[in-house]
Amino acid sequence: MMGRILQSTEGRLAIITLVVFITMSILAPERFLSPANLTSMAFQFPEFAILALAVAVAMLTGGIDLSVVGAANLSAVVAALFMSQFAGTVADGGTGTGILLAAIALSLAVGLVTGLFNGILVATFGLPPILATLGTGLIYTGLAIAMTGGSAVMGLPPAVAWVGNGTLLDIPVPLVIFSALAIALGWVLKRTAFGLKTRMFGANPLAARYAAMDTGRVLLKVYALCGVLSAIAGLIVMSRANSAKADYGSSYLLLAVLIAVLGGVNPYGGYGRIVGVVLAVLSMQFLSSGLNLLQVTNFAREMIWGVLLIGVMLINLLTFRRKS
Amino acid sequence: MAKNPETMPLVTLESVTKRYAAITALDGVDLNIHAGEAVCLAGENGSGKSTLIKVLVGVEQPSAGRVLFDGVPQTRLTPTTATSAGVQVIFQDFSLFPNLSVAENISMTAERATGTLMVRRARARARAAEVLARVGVDLDLDARVERLPVAHKQLVAICRALAADARLIIMDEPTTALTEREVARLLDLIRRLKADGVAVLFVSHKLAEVLEVCETVVVLRNGAKVAEGPAADFDSASLTRAMTGRDVASGPPTPLDAAAPPLLRVDGLCRAGAFEDVSLSLRAGEVLGVAGLLGSGRTTLAKALFGLARPDRGQVTLNGAAIPLGDPIAAAAAGIGYVPEDRLTEGLFLEQSIAHNIAVGRFDAHSHSGVLNLKNLWEEATVWLKRLSVKAPDPTAPVRSLSGGNQQRVVLARWMARKPRVLILNGPSVGVDVGSKAEIHGIMADLAAKGLGVIVISDDLPELLATCHRILVMKDGIITEEVSGGAGVTESELSHRLAS
Repeated sequence: MMGRILQSTEGRLAIITLVVFITMSILAPERFLSPANLTSMAFQFPEFAILALAVAVAMLTGGIDLSVVGAANLSAVVAALFMSQFAGTVADGGTGTGILLAAIALSLAVGLVTGLFNGILVATFGLPPILATLGTGLIYTGLAIAMTGGSAVMGLPPAVAWVGNGTLLDIPVPLVIFSALAIALGWVLKRTAFGLKTRMFGANPLAARYAAMDTGRVLLKVYALCGVLSAIAGLIVMSRANSAKADYGSSYLLLAVLIAVLGGVNPYGGYGRIVGVVLAVLSMQFLSSGLNLLQVTNFAREMIWGVLLIGVMLINLLTFRRKS
Repeated sequence: MAKNPETMPLVTLESVTKRYAAITALDGVDLNIHAGEAVCLAGENGSGKSTLIKVLVGVEQPSAGRVLFDGVPQTRLTPTTATSAGVQVIFQDFSLFPNLSVAENISMTAERATGTLMVRRARARARAAEVLARVGVDLDLDARVERLPVAHKQLVAICRALAADARLIIMDEPTTALTEREVARLLDLIRRLKADGVAVLFVSHKLAEVLEVCETVVVLRNGAKVAEGPAADFDSASLTRAMTGRDVASGPPTPLDAAAPPLLRVDGLCRAGAFEDVSLSLRAGEVLGVAGLLGSGRTTLAKALFGLARPDRGQVTLNGAAIPLGDPIAAAAAGIGYVPEDRLTEGLFLEQSIAHNIAVGRFDAHSHSGVLNLKNLWEEATVWLKRLSVKAPDPTAPVRSLSGGNQQRVVLARWMARKPRVLILNGPSVGVDVGSKAEIHGIMADLAAKGLGVIVISDDLPELLATCHRILVMKDGIITEEVSGGAGVTESELSHRLAS
C-alpha cells in the first residue's frame, strides 16, 4: 500500500504536503495552527496558485510561460486605470459593481491578447517558448509601467475588495475562484479533445505533426488560456492590494514554475496532473507561511525555492531513470 | 570458426542477453572476433544487431552474460573503456563534424586523448596525413567535410577510427549509401586493414556485397543467433533464408485493373537539394514502390507528398483536385496518409495508450462540442486491435509495451481509421519481426484490393519486389527508371540499377 502511494508522483506529493504541514505545526504550534494563520493562508495562495496552473498548462506542451506575472500585472493595470477613470461617474449605488464587471471583462480580454501574442510567437513563428515568453513578459511589464509611470493605480471602487478579501459561504473568494479553475482545468485536460491534444502534443510534437494534428491551433489555445489565467490572478492581486502596479508579485514567477515542477508536470512535456499542482501549491504555502512565522528572511526564502526547484527536478530525473 | 583458434580473440561476447522491459532484444548471443578478421553480422531490422553494437561499446549493459576484451572480462563497460581498448564504431551517419576539415576530423579523437588542452594544428595535420598514407587513401586534408561526397565521408570516418588506434572497427550499414564502384573501393580498403591486423565487424541487413572480404558470418533473428559459419558457405539466398527464417515469397501482387483511372498525379515536383522534376501517377488499387539509396531523396519525396516538406515547384492532384503543398493537415483531409519511417520518434506517443495513439489526429471526430466520448474512443481502438490482430492486453496499455510489429499495426490502424485514398508507407516493415512483416504486406495488399493507392518506400528490395506493381528507381533526387514488380526483375538486377 505504502509502496503504491510512493510510486505515484501525486502519492509522494501528498506525503510531502502532510510532512511539511506537521513539521510546521510542531515548530510553531500555536501560531501556525491558529485560525487566523489558516485563514490568511487561504487568502494568500490562490493568486500564485493560478499562475502555477498557467505555467503547468504551458509546460504540458513542453513549453513554458514566463510572461504570466507580466501579463497579470498588465491586465490588472488596464482594469484599474479603467475603473479609476470611470469610478464615481456612473450611478450604481456607489459600490461600482457595474464598473467592476466591465473592468473584469476588459482585463480578461487583455490577458487573452497577451496569451495570443505568446501563442503566435511560439506556434506560428516557432520561437522557443522560454525565450519568447521571457521577452513578452518584459514587454507586458514595460507597457504597464508606461501606462502608470511605474506607480500604483489606486482609487478603485469598493466592490473590488470583495474579489480578493470577501467570503462566499465562509470560504474566501480567492479560494473559491482557484478551486473552480483547478477543477475546470483538470476536467478540460482529461475530458476534452483540446486537453487530450495538448497532452499528446507535449508527449511528442513531431509525431503530432506527422499525425496531421492541428498543432498550431492547439499551441495558440494553450498560450491564450495561460494569458486568461494570468489575468484572473492579476485581478485577485489587484483586489487584495486594492491597487494595481506594474511590478506586483515579481517573486511569483519562480514560485509558479517551482510549483508546476514540484507538482509532477514534466518540463519536457506530455505528463502532468492538476491534482499534483494543487498538492504542490498547498505544500509550498505551508512551507512559505511556516518560514514566515519562523522569521526567515525573504532572501533566504527565495534561495530555498531555488534549491527546491533543482532538487525536485533531480529527484524526478533519478526516479525516471530507475524506472526505464 | 575462428581463424586461429589458438590465439586470444580480440573481442568475445559470452551468452549476452539484453532485455528492455518485456522485450528480449538479445538472447544468449556468443561471438568471437580475432585480430585481422572480418565478421559479418547479418539480421533483419529489429533482429538485435544495433543492441549488440551498443553492448559491445558499453552504451548498454547486458542483462546477462559478459563482454571480454583480449580475454579480460569487462565488468562495467563504458564507451570510454571500449574506445581505449580500440573498439570504434562507424555509424551510418558517420558522426563527423561537417564544419571542420578532413584533418581536424581525423585527428580530433586522438588529439583529445593526448590529454593536452591545446589542439596542435601541425601535429593534427601530420597525424591525419600519416593515417591516410597508411591506408593508401588520397584526400585533401584541408577540405571541409560537409563538401565531401558520401563515400569520402566514410573514408574520413574510417581514418578517424584508425587515428584513435582502432583494433576493431564496427561498421553499421556501410554500403547503403554507396554505389557499386564505391563499394569495391571500400572492400579494397578493408583488405588492407585486415592485413594490418585490424578486425572489422560489418553490421547490415544486406551483406551479400561484403561477403567476399569476410571470414565469418553470424546471423541474428529475433535477438538470437540462428546461424554461424565460414563466409564461403553463404550466398545471398541462404543468407536471406537464415535472416528471415523462410524463403522469400515473391508471389506477384493482385493483378491491377488496367482500366482504373489515375488517383494521384504528381507533376514536376521539385525541392532544391532533395529531388528534381518528379512526376508520377498512381492508380486506384495500385501498389507503387520507390527504391533508392540512402540520400537519394526518396524520404523527402514521400514527406513532400504528405505536406511535411514543402516543394519549391510542382503540383500534386488527387482525383483531379490540386492539394495544397506543405500542409499535412490539408493532405490528410484530402485523403493522403503517411506511415513514417522512424516509428518511435515520428509515429508514436510511446507513453500514451494504444487507443490515444490510434485516435490521434481525429480527436474532434470522437468528441461532441469539444467533450471527448471516451467510450467511443476505446471501442474503436478495440475493433482495430482485433481487425489487425494486434497482440495487446487492452486499448489502455501504453504503446511502449508493444513489440515493433504490433506498434506498426497501431500506426497503420490510425491511418486506416481515417479511410484514406492514398497511403504512403515509408519503410513499412523496419524493425518488425518476420511474421508481422508478412501480415503487414497482407494488409497493404488488402488496402490496394479495396481501391486505395499505396506508395511504398523501402530499402528492402525483396519487399518492394514482392508487394509492388511498379517500382520507381530514384537516384540523386531524380527518378531514373521504372521497373515492374513481381517476377519482372530480380533483386540483384534492381540493386545493380540503384547503385550503378
